[in-house]
Amino acid sequence: MFEFLSDLFGSQIIAAFISAALPLVFIVPFVIFAVWLERKVSAHMQDRLGPMRVGWHGWLQTIADFFKLLQKEDIVASDTDKKFFNVAPYIVFAGTYLVFAALPFSSAYIGTSLDIGLFYIIAVSGLVVIGILMAGWASNNKYSLYGAMRSAAQIVSYEIPTAIVILSIVMFTGTLSLSEISDNQTAYFWNWYIFGGPDWGLTKFLVLPFMIIGFLILYISTLAEVNRTPFDMPEAESELVAGYHTEYSGIKFSMFFLAEYGNMFAVSAIVSVIFFGGYQSPIGYLGDALAANWLIPFEQLFWFAAKGIFFVFVQMWLRWTLPRVRVDQLMTLCWKYLIPYSIVNLIIIGIITLI
Amino acid sequence: MREYLKNTWLGIWTVLVGMKITFKHLFIPAVTIQYPDVKVPLPERVRNRLYVNMDDCIGCDQCARACPVNCITIETVKGLPTDDLGITSNGKKKALWVTKFDIDFAKCCYCQLCVFPCPTECIYMTDIYEFSEFKRNDLHYNFSTLSTDEGEEKKLNWEKFQAEKEAQKAAAAKQKAEKPAPEKKESTDKSKSAGE
Repeated sequence: MFEFLSDLFGSQIIAAFISAALPLVFIVPFVIFAVWLERKVSAHMQDRLGPMRVGWHGWLQTIADFFKLLQKEDIVASDTDKKFFNVAPYIVFAGTYLVFAALPFSSAYIGTSLDIGLFYIIAVSGLVVIGILMAGWASNNKYSLYGAMRSAAQIVSYEIPTAIVILSIVMFTGTLSLSEISDNQTAYFWNWYIFGGPDWGLTKFLVLPFMIIGFLILYISTLAEVNRTPFDMPEAESELVAGYHTEYSGIKFSMFFLAEYGNMFAVSAIVSVIFFGGYQSPIGYLGDALAANWLIPFEQLFWFAAKGIFFVFVQMWLRWTLPRVRVDQLMTLCWKYLIPYSIVNLIIIGIITLI
Repeated sequence: MREYLKNTWLGIWTVLVGMKITFKHLFIPAVTIQYPDVKVPLPERVRNRLYVNMDDCIGCDQCARACPVNCITIETVKGLPTDDLGITSNGKKKALWVTKFDIDFAKCCYCQLCVFPCPTECIYMTDIYEFSEFKRNDLHYNFSTLSTDEGEEKKLNWEKFQAEKEAQKAAAAKQKAEKPAPEKKESTDKSKSAGE
């Protein structure tokens, strides 16, 4: 993409800016859509209607809310640590945005086709912790600090099962590159890694149940990493007001919002890339059938977005199903269940890979 | 170890059960009523804003007296014998000009006590309940069909009529100078004319 743009504009600097801004073109509409979806899903799960008055079934509601947030006064309390307080939301968002840089949206567009894509994503998602901790601490508010501490504890703990599951996948596939993993699972859904990968044989059937276990562990731990219910300890409304972003208002608050929903999509996209073929279509391409090759990348973009949004929907579904866990339950789930299971899973997948 | 595996299984299974329930609810029609567009049907005997059908009002003041919060103000002027005031729907002849019939809905407690004493059933409860206003004075409803000018006119008419009568009386009293006590006679005359 970068080469294409630098050829088009004849300047590497302009091309760099444009290709850096491209994920934003995806994130902002996605967040607007996801917030609306969240409100509608939650409403219908509780037999309500949700927003109905702004546009068809309230689809413009989020845009209206966004403009409202822009107009709001940006309040900074007098005793906050102003430098860190002001910079924290942007660091949180930057952490999210960095993940998007390595996501393969389609075979034609990937921010940076890194050979160590998965490793990079695990590394940069740690940046979010710094932002959240910074926000909580600089707010000079006990609830914010509690939220930030919980968030740090939670994200650091849950990164272990995430990393172990990803390690087992890396062992099985032999690559860290996200675009290569996507390419491996080409064309049809039985080639997805959740169904044992593209190679037919004994290995495929042996590894299948362990892939499903791996998927469950990865999904649960990424859910915890993005601080969503049932793991929303950092922003537990009933206990901590709003957690680490209690003191924030206006555009900075919307930055946290953007980061939260962007993160939801990022982890869903990672899950779909690793286990569900990423941008690959499950049923073959229309572009192949019509002999129109230019159509394929757009189809791939569609499938990528569709899979991501489906997993975001499942996250919402879980949010409106499960109550919040306690801090000790959160830690029990991670250290006593997910980590042992993921280690056993890692060993078994390793043995199967050797066979 | 068995306990551990059981816990794991229970954890996954209960989450799935919960998800099944919420997924079912996703397709259950919402109980929400889109209020300003769709309204809940009201019960038959709801008590909301009062309405006065002035065509039937005879100005008997019974509703104002029944009101526990004094939110109804009625002022009447007697009609002249020559005036045609019309007949109420249940055949009663009207005798009074109702120059003022005000209900202050800021005071009204919607008890419906004014409705029962009305002899012509001209004051009753409607099903209108959305009539909030920005100013309290806007809740002061005037039901009288006569404008203030017309009311003044009727009042003057009656006073003129009264004065003429008085003059006639005085003339009659002059003729029968031997018989005193005109004051008592005057009062009886008044009630007679009101009865007409």
